[in-house]
Amino acid sequence: MEVEVVPVQGELNVGPQHPGSGHMRILVKLNGDIVEDCELDVGYVHRAVEKLGENRNYMHLIPLVERPAILDSIHMNMGYVMAVEKILNVDVPERALYLRSFAAEVNRIASHLYGLGILGIFIGHSTAFMWGFGDREVWLQILEALTGARVTNSYIIPGGVRRDLTPSIIEMTKKAIVYMRKKLKDWEKIFLKNPTIMDRLQNVGVMTREQAIEWGAVGPNLRASGVNFDVRKAEPYAAYSKLDFEIPVYKEGDGYARTLVRFEEMEQSMRILEQIIKDIPEGPILADRFLKQIPPIRMKKWVQGQGRIVLPGYYASFRPPRGEAAARVEASRGELFYYVVSDGSPKPYRLRMITPSYRAIYVFKNLCKGARYADIVSIYGSLDYFPPEADR
Amino acid sequence: MSQTTVQKPIDKILAELKAKGIIAKAESESRGSLEVTKDKIIEIAKIMKELGFDHVIAVTGIDFPEQQKIQVIYHVSSYSVEDLQKIIFAIKTYVDYKDPSLPSLTQIWGSAWTGEKETYEMLGVRFEGHPQLSRLFLPEDFEGVYPLRKDFKIKLEGLFVDKPG
Repeated sequence: MEVEVVPVQGELNVGPQHPGSGHMRILVKLNGDIVEDCELDVGYVHRAVEKLGENRNYMHLIPLVERPAILDSIHMNMGYVMAVEKILNVDVPERALYLRSFAAEVNRIASHLYGLGILGIFIGHSTAFMWGFGDREVWLQILEALTGARVTNSYIIPGGVRRDLTPSIIEMTKKAIVYMRKKLKDWEKIFLKNPTIMDRLQNVGVMTREQAIEWGAVGPNLRASGVNFDVRKAEPYAAYSKLDFEIPVYKEGDGYARTLVRFEEMEQSMRILEQIIKDIPEGPILADRFLKQIPPIRMKKWVQGQGRIVLPGYYASFRPPRGEAAARVEASRGELFYYVVSDGSPKPYRLRMITPSYRAIYVFKNLCKGARYADIVSIYGSLDYFPPEADR
Repeated sequence: MSQTTVQKPIDKILAELKAKGIIAKAESESRGSLEVTKDKIIEIAKIMKELGFDHVIAVTGIDFPEQQKIQVIYHVSSYSVEDLQKIIFAIKTYVDYKDPSLPSLTQIWGSAWTGEKETYEMLGVRFEGHPQLSRLFLPEDFEGVYPLRKDFKIKLEGLFVDKPG
């Protein structure tokens, strides 16, 4: 019997109601099984952070800027606050800097596990999805104990942080590290060394070093293509200049390398957490300038009694001097950039927020060209692209 | 040790730009900026790329309604040159309301693609030579309206504050 092969050309909509597209539409031009061109129709979860930013006080913006990536809200929060602090010219006390790094690293592990879970379910590995979301909960509980919320923590405020570390949180973290190290070995056996996973990820969505630089890739995706760049090393913020950690770099540039970078970063984050627990200095968690504004009764009840900062209402409407500031942090998915322009009023004149997923739009679009149709979800998952973060 | 080895990377960049007749200033060890007119921006971008700035972090548009102008800022940085990794350099330029167009820098830095598209739809700045200057985030009924210009007002809700004890 003869099989007639008909060349199929045409366009296909992946999403927006598709389990493998997230909150966006991918318009694919196909030639048989090969993607000739790929168009990302983003914007389905656009919440106009930049426009709203011009209409809110600096303090009221903290809950807003962390909404785009609620699973990575410590970093979203920290980058913004660092930019505002630069305009205000505030020095943050040492202990608060360590606490920022602590919260950020806990958040990084949680975010990577989320990303791996999503990657797992995209390529049909349901166990990774269940494990990723289950193990993430361990870290979210630490964040909950520290900040009062699992996600959207609003933990970092200009001048310091909102709550202090307690012995029970340290105990929880130590337990979580022991658990996670054991669990990572299981992850390796069932996920990383799994032949099906290796087949779906190796040599898929290969991005060379030159391409990564030209397309402006960030974070683990960039480091998987052989570029040794991490904001924590290049321009240390919080307590990172005093902490010892390594930056995992791979030169393969495929989906598997990107996954490996995330795995190794989790181990490095745990190393950082151990050092913070050991080395964290005593002291205040808020800059003196703001601490002085707290009335004595509140100071006694909240700050000294419970290690929590409760500021007077007028703190929310401070007027920074004129000026501009550009700040960046290494969020879980990569470099997060804030540019804030102040005209001396209580609201920013312009707030620019460039998230790692925003920069992955162009990378994703280019990587899809020439790939097989079935590999789109694999590329998507391995880039850890998060649509609300890109749309902002 | 010779003079050049102790020189900070940002000072080296400023000196090299000065030798080419370009005035730039540094706000700190890791931040620098320069202002150009829009007809010179391609030339400046080529020089910056030669100096090692290989990617664009952000393309930002800021509306100044009193002056009838929009400021466009390119924040560039480097991955490949280790000394420059910590530096973010801002290239600032202005366009008029009457002719809000600017040559696109996507030929020099591919990574400007997303930022230029967004600045086009949000502020109405046309980037001449951009390979695909179309809407990115906004829905189709936003034709002709630019949400990030200051004359685009949004409705705001009131704010309620709880007072803890």
